[in-house]
Parts: sequence; C-alpha cells; structure tokens
Amino acid sequence: MNAAEFLTIFISAVFIYNVILSRFLGLCSFIAISKETKPALAMSLAVMFVIVMSSMITWLIYRFLLIPFNLAYLRTISFILVIATFVQLVEMAIRKISPPMYRFFGIYLPLITVNCAVLGVAVLNADMFFVNNKAVPGSFYYSVFQGICVGLGYTLAMLLMSGIRERLELCNIPKAVKEFPLAFVIASIMSLSFMGFNGFKF
Amino acid sequence: MRKLFQEFLKGIIKENPTFILVLGLCPTLAVSVSLTNGIGMGIAATFVLLGSNMIIAMIKNIVPDRIRIPCFIVVIATFVTTVEMAMKAYSPALDRALGIYVPLIVVNCMVLGRAEAYARKNSVLNSLFDGLGMGAGFTLALMLISGIREILGSGKIFGLSIAKGFEPVFVLGMPSGALLVIGLLLGFFNILKNRKSKI
Amino acid sequence: MRNNLIVSASPHLHKNESVSKIMWMVVISLIPAGIAGVFIFGVSALWVIALGVISAVATEVILQALTKRKISILDGSAVITGILLAYNLPPHVPFWIPVIGSIFSIAIGKQIFGGLGQNIFNPALVGRVFLMASWPKYMTTFTQPLNYDAITSATPLAAIREGKILEHISYLDLFLGKRGGCIGEVCILALLLGALFLFSRGYISWHIPVTYIATVAAFTFIFSPQGFFKGDWLFHVLSGGLILGAFFMATDYVTSPLTYKGQVIFGFGCGIITAVIRLWGGYPEGVSYAILMMNAAAPIIDRFTRSQVYGRK
Repeated sequence: MNAAEFLTIFISAVFIYNVILSRFLGLCSFIAISKETKPALAMSLAVMFVIVMSSMITWLIYRFLLIPFNLAYLRTISFILVIATFVQLVEMAIRKISPPMYRFFGIYLPLITVNCAVLGVAVLNADMFFVNNKAVPGSFYYSVFQGICVGLGYTLAMLLMSGIRERLELCNIPKAVKEFPLAFVIASIMSLSFMGFNGFKF
Repeated sequence: MRKLFQEFLKGIIKENPTFILVLGLCPTLAVSVSLTNGIGMGIAATFVLLGSNMIIAMIKNIVPDRIRIPCFIVVIATFVTTVEMAMKAYSPALDRALGIYVPLIVVNCMVLGRAEAYARKNSVLNSLFDGLGMGAGFTLALMLISGIREILGSGKIFGLSIAKGFEPVFVLGMPSGALLVIGLLLGFFNILKNRKSKI
Repeated sequence: MRNNLIVSASPHLHKNESVSKIMWMVVISLIPAGIAGVFIFGVSALWVIALGVISAVATEVILQALTKRKISILDGSAVITGILLAYNLPPHVPFWIPVIGSIFSIAIGKQIFGGLGQNIFNPALVGRVFLMASWPKYMTTFTQPLNYDAITSATPLAAIREGKILEHISYLDLFLGKRGGCIGEVCILALLLGALFLFSRGYISWHIPVTYIATVAAFTFIFSPQGFFKGDWLFHVLSGGLILGAFFMATDYVTSPLTYKGQVIFGFGCGIITAVIRLWGGYPEGVSYAILMMNAAAPIIDRFTRSQVYGRK
C-alpha cells in the first residue's frame, strides 16, 4: 500500500478516466439533472455517498462471502441487491430525517439504484483489486478510496456541466440541438480537454 | 398478428430506445468502438430484454407493487448472469472486449424501463414482441454508431482495412468521439423529426 | 478606461460596430506573430494561415446561410479563429489539417452554440485539440527554424521531456523564435508587440495573462526535476504556447469570467493545469487543455464571484 498508488487512483478516477466523461457511467442522470447547479450538487453528494457505502459493503461481501464459497459468478446479482437495498434504506432515512429534502429529490433518489456508476465502481473494484480471486494488499482501502474519487469525478463533471447549461439557458441555441444533442457535444469537448491529463506519471 | 408486428416495429423507429427515448446510453457509447462489439452487445442486451420482459409479464400479477423494482432487478440480473457465463464460455474475446459493460446490462435504463413501462402492464405475447423490437432498435442504433466510429475512426470495418491512404480520425475511437457522434446523430434525428412534424 | 465598464452577465445590448472593431484590432495585433512565423518557417506557414482563415470564414458563411441566421463574417471573429488555429499548428502540416480544423472550430466550437457570444469554449482551441486527438502524428511533427527545407526537429519542451539537455538554445533564441514549434507561438517578441498594442487600447486587461504566466513561472520554479526551488522558470515562460495562449486565447471575452476576481482565479487555474501537464503529464505542452478546462469552469466561476447588486443583502 503506497502513496503513489493513491495519487494514481485519484488522478485516474477524477480526470483521466472520469466516470462520466470517459467511462460513460451515470450518463442518464448526468444529462437529466445537470440543468441547474443546486440539484446537480445535491444529486452528486447523494450519489457519492451511495457509491462509497456500497463500495465498502460489496467489497466485504465479495471477499468474505462470494469468494470463499466459490460464488464469484453471483457477484452481479448480489452487488445489485446490496445497492438496491442500501438505496431503499437511504430513501427511508431521508424521508424520516428531512421530508423537504425527500420531496426535493423526488423520483431521482430511487433512480440512483440504476445509476451505472454505482454498480460500475463495485465491479471495477472487484476487477482491479482482486487478482486470481485473492485480495491485493490494501485492497479494501484502495476500493473505498476509488469510490470517493469516482464520486468526486462525478461531482466535478456535474458541477461544470450545470454551470455551462445554466449559462446557455440565456442564449438562443439552434432548435435542432437544444437539450440533449448540445449537452453531448459539450460533454465531448470536456472529455477532449480532460485528455490533457493522459499519461500522467508522478 | 398485425398488432404484434406493430409492437415490434415501433421499437425500431418511432420509439427507438437510443435515439428517441434516449435510454441505455452508457453501454452504447462505451462499446460502439467497433461493429463486432456493437453487434455483440446488441444481441446480449436483446436476449436479456426478451427474457426479462416475458418473465415480468408472466409474474406481474403476483408481485406486490411496493417491492416491484427490486423484484424486476432480480429477474433481470438472473438473465444477465446467464448471458455473462455464456459469453465467457463461448466467446471469451467478446467478453474481454465488452468488459464491465456486460454486468452493467442489469442497470441498463432500457431494460428496466421497458419492464416498468410496458411488461408489467401488457400480455406475455405483446411483451415478447416489444422486447424483440426494442432490442432490434437498440442493436441497429449500436450498428449505426459503431459503424461510423469504426470506419471513420480506424479505417476498418469488422477489423478489415478498407481504403488505403485514408487518414482515420482517431478521436472517433475515443470517449470524446463517441459523445460527439451521438450528439450529432441526435441533432440529425431531431432535424428529421421536426421536418416530419411540419409536413 | 476599463473601470467605466459595467460588469454583468449576458444578454447585453451592444452596438455591432464596437464589437467588430475590437475583433479587427485583435487581428491587427496578431499580424506581427504571423509575419515572424512565415519568416522563420517559410512559405508553407503562409499557406497554413491562409487556408485556416479561408476555411473558417467559408464555414461560417455556409452554416449561417443554412440556418437562416444573419451572416456576420465581417465582424472579424471567424478570421480570428482561423488565424489562432493556424498559429497553433506546426508549419508543415498537410493542407487538409488547417481546413478540417477550421471547419470543426467554427461548426462545433462556435456555431452549434448559436454563434458569437454564446460559445463556452475557445473555438480555435476546440479545433486544435480535435486535430491533436485525431491525427497526432501530423500535429507533433515540427521542423527546424530558419531552414526552409523542412527538416524535422523537436520543440524545446519535447526535448527536455526526453531528458535531452538543451545546450544550443539560449533564452534569446527562445525569445526571438529560433526554435521548433507552432507557427504563431515561437516569436515571443512579435507576440508581445501585439499584446502591448491591445493593452494600450484597453482591449485586454492584465489580470488573466499576468496571473497565468506568474503561476506557471512559480510552479515550475518550485517543482522541478532538479529539486525544489531550482526550476528553470524562464525557460518555461518562453517555451511552447504559453505567451500566445495567455495573451490571445485565455483573454477571449466570451469564454473567460466577467469579474476581475473571477479572471484571477481563471488565470491561476490555467497556470496550475499547464504546469502540472508540462511537468508530469503525458504531453509536453498543456496550454490548450488548460485553457479549455478553465473555459468549462468559467460559468461556475462567474456564478460564485457574482458582483453584489447594490442594495441587496
């Protein structure tokens, strides 16, 4: 377990292989919610929280349940069940603690369950930090840290995009590219500029 | 019979999951680097969609409404796991190429979306044809996107070089290029849609 | 003169003439660098510039005609985009590179957003990174200065990336442009002349360029391969596209923040990213990427540095 590995995970997850702009995970929510900054930020925090917690839980299940009992092939089903359950719990908790926030999120809270980024990180951790079904040293910490960084990368992309789209609201865009097409073109240019960090070596 | 065919057709054009409903974009962009991958993913997703649509249409009256989403997910996940294992066994190269996007079919908005919007309100036979149509539409969309990206981005088609002296546009093989292609295609289809509604 | 300007978010009402006057003044300020580039690299450079400008203008005319919008090429902005794109290209690229680059710059970098004033990203840089990602081989083949036979040579930044110590290039060489590089970036003297002209007329303010360059200098001084506080910051300031970028591209009104505070943040961000990419990234030069990334951040920067409306809490 060394510091350089953590730095690499950070730069990779936030910039080079940004979860949205490079891996295309979480695109649906990205395009749908990035129209305004406040909801975008709130959604990003919620998603980051779910990603980090489910990274932890899925790692534990993979390491102590699935692998020892040779059930690694069940990881897709078990991971998604964990995520669905956890999101359900979060939903119930928010409903109890802060009803206005619950109403604010609306349908997008349960939709975090099918946010590709959440399941994607869980599967990524399993692929990256386990070799031959054995956990790499420091695997747990790398996994959780990767979860945090993916959440940060998601937040960064959302924040930039919401600022841009808010600004474009005041402009008169050609009708054919309004909404989705232009959002994708913007994401394309953002992705192009993030390529500047390729080949990063500390 | 006519009606069933309508159900099938709508998934291809009028309600194409990629270009009209804008669902399931994550895997679309990621795997559309080459035609082989695109078609492979299309077929895998269609299989899952068919299976889940049919089963969910069968069990729709037994599932309690409150926990229907987790139930649907379990059904979908089962089919995805089956596809995963079949792919690893019969075409490991494709499995490696598609990577994490195979298990991610579970959370493909298109599959869950059809289950929620259609399969739980319609008969098994209708759901079967809906699944076939949506899957076909998805595969065709994937073929269009990966065709553009492979031919212009690497000068090859199905892995074979085409023209000599053609300088391929490398960026199309990268994430940025994928986002650009889909943005421009969506804009193009919007223009067609607008023109049609004016007539 | 700048302090008399009211700073606020678009939409603005403004006379077309004054906007286009500024544009054409910028074109004039860019001419010295172009002359220097052609002198240093030969006729090929002139072709690249000409093709870049013609393609940019043609694309804008065609797109505006197709979308039934007012044709605005006389405001000079397409010309600027064509020039800046060409200045960011190696002098001996195949002729279709500036053509495709300009088309992409104008179509995707500008018109798809609805035209002048509405683009988020600097159009010339959008074209440049597109070309860089699509045809890296052509975009990284540079030639020797003052040798019109097009003999390839590495740029100073690329050379130190490979660990070669540059003994035969002096700071004066870098300043005058006796080095490999892109057409418009090599002659610092010419660029500074143009920038001075723009400063004297009040068309650009010092905040972005000074912050940008100072940040790069400080960062490369502190963090260097030779150890802390031993970096060759003057080399970094004079190399690559920093001067061209800092004075002529980062300062573009449309794509940079409105307030002075925001501009300082913008310049600082550009500087950090440029330095990080130059020191530890995979590419030898990071100016284009840095400016584009900060372009994306400019709306958010504006949002958080909004000037207070008088009387509001």
